[in-house]
Amino acid sequence: MKKLIIALAATAATLGSFTVGAEAQEKTKVCFIYVGTKTDGGWTQAHDIGRQELQKALGDKIETPYLESVPEGPDAERAIERMARSGCALVYTTSFGFMDATVKVAAKFPKVKFEHATGFKAAENLATYNSRFYEGRYIQGQIAAKMSKKGVAGYIASFPIPEVVMGINAFELGAKSVNPEFKLKVVWANTWFDPGKEADAAKALIDQGVDVMTQHTDTTAPMQVAAERGIMAFGQASDMIAAGPKTQLTAIVDTWGAYYIKRTKALLDGTWKSEQIWDGLKDGILTMAPYTNMPDDVKAMAEETEAKIKSGELHPFTGPINKQDGSPWLKAGEKAEDGVLLGMNFYVQGVDDKLPQ
Amino acid sequence: MRIELERRASASGLFSVVSPILALTLTLLSGALLFLMLGKDPLHALYSFFIDPLLEVWSLHELAIKAAPLILIAVGLSVCYRSNNWNIGAEGQFTIGAICGSILPVMVPQWHSPMVLPLMLLMGMLGGALYAGIPALLKTRFNTNEILTSLMLVYIAQLFLDWLTRGLWRDPKGFNFPQTVSFAPEAVLPELLESGRAHWSIVFALVAAVAIWFMMRFMLKGFEVTVLGRSERAGRFAGFSARRMVWFSMMLSGALAGLAGISEVSGSIGHLQPSISPGYGFTAIIVAFLGRLNPLGIIASGFVLALTYLGGEAAQLSIGVSDKVTRVFQGLILFFVLSCDTLILYRVRLIFGAGRNVEARS
Repeated sequence: MKKLIIALAATAATLGSFTVGAEAQEKTKVCFIYVGTKTDGGWTQAHDIGRQELQKALGDKIETPYLESVPEGPDAERAIERMARSGCALVYTTSFGFMDATVKVAAKFPKVKFEHATGFKAAENLATYNSRFYEGRYIQGQIAAKMSKKGVAGYIASFPIPEVVMGINAFELGAKSVNPEFKLKVVWANTWFDPGKEADAAKALIDQGVDVMTQHTDTTAPMQVAAERGIMAFGQASDMIAAGPKTQLTAIVDTWGAYYIKRTKALLDGTWKSEQIWDGLKDGILTMAPYTNMPDDVKAMAEETEAKIKSGELHPFTGPINKQDGSPWLKAGEKAEDGVLLGMNFYVQGVDDKLPQ
Repeated sequence: MRIELERRASASGLFSVVSPILALTLTLLSGALLFLMLGKDPLHALYSFFIDPLLEVWSLHELAIKAAPLILIAVGLSVCYRSNNWNIGAEGQFTIGAICGSILPVMVPQWHSPMVLPLMLLMGMLGGALYAGIPALLKTRFNTNEILTSLMLVYIAQLFLDWLTRGLWRDPKGFNFPQTVSFAPEAVLPELLESGRAHWSIVFALVAAVAIWFMMRFMLKGFEVTVLGRSERAGRFAGFSARRMVWFSMMLSGALAGLAGISEVSGSIGHLQPSISPGYGFTAIIVAFLGRLNPLGIIASGFVLALTYLGGEAAQLSIGVSDKVTRVFQGLILFFVLSCDTLILYRVRLIFGAGRNVEARS
């Protein structure tokens, strides 16, 4: 035993001595903080792919350390502060729930730049960036209405924040543009990342009779359940075709890479400014995964809608739109303002759920 | 060749001292091996895991923040375990303490008074103590196994908190996010120094540890705990009541866990949310045993375990290993501590050949 220990210690020591002290650090640090694991197959993975693209594009100038599975709360504040102190020049905090922690740390470290995904609080050194996911959800709604035989779809939602409510509404509006009677059932998983809970939510929806399903949570668990139970589904944040080769109709794929590269270049050039960015399909910050497992006419419709959204011809939130209780919200031809969308706290007509408030 | 464990005539004084050190050494070596297999430089990895977080003042503050709940809970547990009451549910008592302590700032946020904070802390302790009283009642009344009941109550407490923060107590202006209103300034546990975030909970932890140490060492109650833990029968002859000891130890540890809960919520988080603890109540069990169930030892072991939390983060950032390494280290430490403690009561003998088998047994 003793000999074994000595041998181990000796190995460790020799191997260690090769590399200690070989750290040359002149590269700019661009840091990322994730709420899930970088291989979740969804939200966090999409950010990590963006990070890898960034690393590849500017690899000789930057390093991109990251922290994964950081809980939203006091641990997030410490983790972000650790990044600021460890010499990160720019920190991307990639979950809505990191907002207050990011604001606090940004105030403490005025020289470090921060960018918070999907939030609404900004500062001199804190930018926000977001993607118009609802554009993709509108297309999904249209496809769902074409593909569903029962005229009812299921939606696995995370938290009833405006971002998620907006997605539910966009999906329903897209579906109604095809089938005015289309209904949407919602289950609140109350988590971003929990394969078990997400799978349970998917089963609950299927048991209620939906035959097409979408999700606003981060893992591929719902897609797998849909595949097992033989219904159709949409992927979220990453292309989830591997989890459901015969199940996925399309997916909203977050393609953050181009954005990360653009902003990091600005940082290196010294032209970085705090901005509130909300890009959409036309900017390439989100893309639709290939339209699969559907007839050609549905595919053609989806492609046409996508093109119209990109050209600006179609805005998913264009009146006439009624609220859930039937009271009018937008007059014919009226488009919703961004500020209203970002604070959205009500359902449109046709959503079969009571918004938790 | 076989290895046999032979019971010592008396506990080895040498190994009671050496065992924790040996356990830590073995943990470090296995950790180094682990990093080696991951293709990372082991010395650099261990350095960033265990040394780096100790080099900066702000990081020491964070260490104190993490260590405080662990120490508070573990010293309470040490009294339980010494008296042979196996409270596994400190995580639940922590949660209920946090909820009870938050009643004032959440339900009457308009009441501004210097009395708010002391009342919150008292209510937190009371909540934790009463919640630990449930397994105590079940044990003394129906002779149920407190390991099971206290553990199951953890999940009840967590789901209750979950329900509160998503429903009844949710902040109406919080964009539907599951959390309560932020506590008003007078409901927040103040920070100790200018240089970092550490707040009063570390002081509570140290005071509690010293007080429990004093009780165990110099007071009749401490003697009662030890005697009843070693032998209930002997305790009865001395006139001690095992039933009362169940109540005493469970409620004491519940109160300390509850204090840890409300201190964490008031000092570190500033509001209630569905998840308020990264498993402090369970990690504290490791802390209690690593500290040899001695309150002063627990202070040291609390800081060691707190370091694994911070180190996991630092190592992730500087060498890119998974955050799961933290859990692996915590598991390794507990495993080696328990196995090395075997050496206190047993000696290892290498036995060559089969013939001496009989001899060794006789």
